[in-house]
Amino acid sequence: MADLTTAIAVKESTLTTEHALSPDSGPVSDDMVFQTRDLSVYYGDFRAVRDVELAIPERQITALIGPSGCGKSTVLRSFNRMNDLIPTARVDGTLLYRGVDLYADRVDPVEVRRRIGMVFQKPNPFPKSIFDNVAYGPRIAGIRKKGELNDIVEASLHKAALWDEVKDRLSASATGMSGGQQQRLCIARAIASSPDVLLMDEPCSALDPIATARIEDLMAELKNDYTIMIVTHNMQQAARVSDRTAFFTAEVDIHTDQRTGLLVEYDLTTTIFSNPADERTENYITGRFG
Amino acid sequence: MALGTIGDQDVASRVEATIQRRGRDVRGTGFRFALFAALGISTLILVILLVDVLTDGWPVLTDRLGDFWSGTLRSRSSDDSLGISQGIVGSFWIAVFVAVLAFPIGIAAAVYLEEYAPRNWFTSVLDIVVRNLAGVPSVVYGLLGLFLFVKGTAVTNWFVDRVNNRWNAWYGEDLIELGQSTLFAGGVTLAVLVLPIVIITAAEAIRAVPQSLREGAYGVGATKWEVIKSQVLPFAAPGILTGTLLALARAVGEAAPLILVGAITGRLAPRDSMFSGLEDFFGQFADRFTAMPIVIVGWVQNSGRDEGFGPAAGAAIVVLLVFVIIMNSIAVLLRNYFEKKRG
Amino acid sequence: MTDVIDDSIPPPPLTLDLLAGPSRRRLKERLISAVFFAAAIVSVIISVLIMFSLVREAWTFITGVDWGVTWGEAGWFPRRGLYDMPTLLVSSVIVTVVAMLVAGPLGLGSAIYLSEYASRRTRSILKPVLEVLAGVPSVVLGFFALFFISPQLIERIGRNAWLLIGALIIVTYAAVVALWARRQFAEATVARAVIIKRVVWLTVFVAGGLLLAWWVLSVAGEADAFAVKRSGQLAAAAVGVGILTIPLVASVAEDALASVPRELREASAGLGARQATTTVQVVLPAAVSGIVAAFIIGISRALGETMVVFMAGGAADAAQFTSSPFDGGLTMTAGMASLATGTDNVVGEGLTFQSLYFVGLVLFLLTLLLNIVAGRFVARVRERY
Repeated sequence: MADLTTAIAVKESTLTTEHALSPDSGPVSDDMVFQTRDLSVYYGDFRAVRDVELAIPERQITALIGPSGCGKSTVLRSFNRMNDLIPTARVDGTLLYRGVDLYADRVDPVEVRRRIGMVFQKPNPFPKSIFDNVAYGPRIAGIRKKGELNDIVEASLHKAALWDEVKDRLSASATGMSGGQQQRLCIARAIASSPDVLLMDEPCSALDPIATARIEDLMAELKNDYTIMIVTHNMQQAARVSDRTAFFTAEVDIHTDQRTGLLVEYDLTTTIFSNPADERTENYITGRFG
Repeated sequence: MALGTIGDQDVASRVEATIQRRGRDVRGTGFRFALFAALGISTLILVILLVDVLTDGWPVLTDRLGDFWSGTLRSRSSDDSLGISQGIVGSFWIAVFVAVLAFPIGIAAAVYLEEYAPRNWFTSVLDIVVRNLAGVPSVVYGLLGLFLFVKGTAVTNWFVDRVNNRWNAWYGEDLIELGQSTLFAGGVTLAVLVLPIVIITAAEAIRAVPQSLREGAYGVGATKWEVIKSQVLPFAAPGILTGTLLALARAVGEAAPLILVGAITGRLAPRDSMFSGLEDFFGQFADRFTAMPIVIVGWVQNSGRDEGFGPAAGAAIVVLLVFVIIMNSIAVLLRNYFEKKRG
Repeated sequence: MTDVIDDSIPPPPLTLDLLAGPSRRRLKERLISAVFFAAAIVSVIISVLIMFSLVREAWTFITGVDWGVTWGEAGWFPRRGLYDMPTLLVSSVIVTVVAMLVAGPLGLGSAIYLSEYASRRTRSILKPVLEVLAGVPSVVLGFFALFFISPQLIERIGRNAWLLIGALIIVTYAAVVALWARRQFAEATVARAVIIKRVVWLTVFVAGGLLLAWWVLSVAGEADAFAVKRSGQLAAAAVGVGILTIPLVASVAEDALASVPRELREASAGLGARQATTTVQVVLPAAVSGIVAAFIIGISRALGETMVVFMAGGAADAAQFTSSPFDGGLTMTAGMASLATGTDNVVGEGLTFQSLYFVGLVLFLLTLLLNIVAGRFVARVRERY
């Protein structure tokens, strides 16, 4: 009956255990939400990203930037195990979430995603009403009472700065909203599950400048309650919203023509943009590369 | 340049003459006409077919539609109680068998193939099996039904003994009689026949569900089943419904497998108490049976010795066609509507 | 790491148990996936059962039958213990060939027109015609073939027309092969393997042509050459089967044409080609694998069609050997149906029941082979674009 469990489940068990954090890898800092060590992501035999070392502090915005194909989205998706959905993907190395190995055998990806929410590149509201979209997370978590759901939906929409625009049409279909509204609805949907962390994968890439500005303002607000990680291809956006920035780049294997991403530099955003330590970072920031 | 000195107006008129030259492409027009003729002939055939069937069945449909509807299989065409009621009942129950067996199993198999199946050799075998089953001629399914239910095998004998023991304890008689062609055998055989159609159309509909919907649901911590139940199935529902309707129409019009499992083409004793009790209700599944297409085949065969059966068969075809075409049309309209809606 | 603001109450420590989630939920997920898996397995079980039933009963036939009665007998008389396979095979070939002569051009022509020429409005009117035709049950076509095609078309045309049609087919065939040969052998080529390949193909084509000519002449040369069997002939049934196959050929071919990228058409039009030129020289060659697949799938369908031949083929229960489409006859499928109908059970001398399964096995293997080959061709189109 091994066929019943997905291929991923089998693969999970084979990789992480041997890479459990060894005693000499340094103390695990309490105020860090995520800590990674030697994190690599593979698609089949192909290593898409290698050797990522990150420590993500609580209630700050951390931006992952870099040229396209550098694996920043892949890294982000390994933080709530969305990569599990790709049949050939597997993760190597250690990824600690509040001290717990996210890729330990017993960890249920579903439980992980309820604590670590995600907002996607393209707004992807469900073809349901606005209310049902926001209430989706709480409902699958077992909340059935109408009053409680109402409160959660209202609070989430307030936090996502959408309440005033939609309070009169909660039962209207979500697919009729503008792109910017849809993306804020997706943020409200993620918040409604009361997550600990929000992962945002280029949340503004499909939006116009005005909608982008609203989302950026919103992120500054949300930072008070959530730890946020954002992938962006827009350096100005990273500079505007983030506290810390990780710069990734890709190296090309001249024999196979495959690109493997790697982390170049991770520091305070101000440092990255004013005084980067690595030449590659500087070239990218100043527009000489990428 | 010489052209410049001739004057712009002259050049313009020459260019105009060149690009406006038309109607010389004889071969192209001929080709186009031949293609259109292919479509035109196909349309004409359909029209002739419908008119032919309708004119053949017309006397029966206009003179004695009521009797025809409620009548039964008879050995003489002049019999006043000649009619299709037994065929309608048989086809109805076959449709029920298909809906109860083939739809849930087929849709669930499609969900497995599209959502659960890991990428390995077993899944590719499964895929090949389903595709090839869809191409197996329908008579071969009839051979399977004949082998399993009418002739009986060790496994079916064992199963039938179990059911009959239980039934005997309740009602003191056997429910299923092997070696007999029963409604049960016909219904299950046709459910098996349309299963690959249901699987393939449902899998296609599920494949069309955007990945972003699944990701959105997974992203807030939905389990696989919750994603399937709340996102995948609702989105794919119109496509799945289209497939099931087409499968149902196919099953209701199918005759060859039923002939093989031994549906009745001749006389069939009428059964009067169909809904009078649980025993009768189940009992009819163990009875000899007929179905609309079988009624038609039987009457066409009888028309050689008794010409009156020809119009009767025509009338029965009209009834069958009305049903099948309505179902197909609903399925096609449904598909077009949702294709348009999604752009 | 100095600017971490942390003035709130620290969250409760996270443990592995918390991330493991409730075990009930995981169990439920496993049970549900097991149910779906079981549903998928049903198809495998059915396939195994089909092959098991066919092989088991056919094996009894193969080992038990006197092979003398399966070849060169007067005809297919299963209840009398005469199982002449050529009777069924030749009839099947006749019906399939004639059906494809109807369905091939009509189906392909309709597909090309719908895909390359029809405006959106024409398409929305004419496409449903094919869809309705696809939904017509085969018993209806059987009725139509027996009561309309047979008296109005086949019996009126008769064998004189058959001679004409046969001559036309042979001349067309010879012309196509000659054109092909001229093009193939005109090119100077050094590779020996290529030349051998061409010679082999030419031999095959010429042999096919001779077989075709022999068939037409042998039918025409029979004593009662101008008689047509009344009420039902193989030809009438074959035309009915062909009508039934039109929508299938059209739909597979249209899929193939639709998969040809628009850029190819635009490139051709951009060079000033007329639409017919673009269609014949660019679109059709690009879609050729899919069109071949459409024909093969059509052949497989025609071979497996039962009821039309059973009702309009002009033979019941048993059939004399014939190579003429104007006689009554039984194809493999109609042979099975006629054997199973009539009495309560399949009765006859010894192996009558098993002969059903032997014929069924032959049919199953033939259609399986055709479907697999067609699948290969479809896959080739997909790979390319």
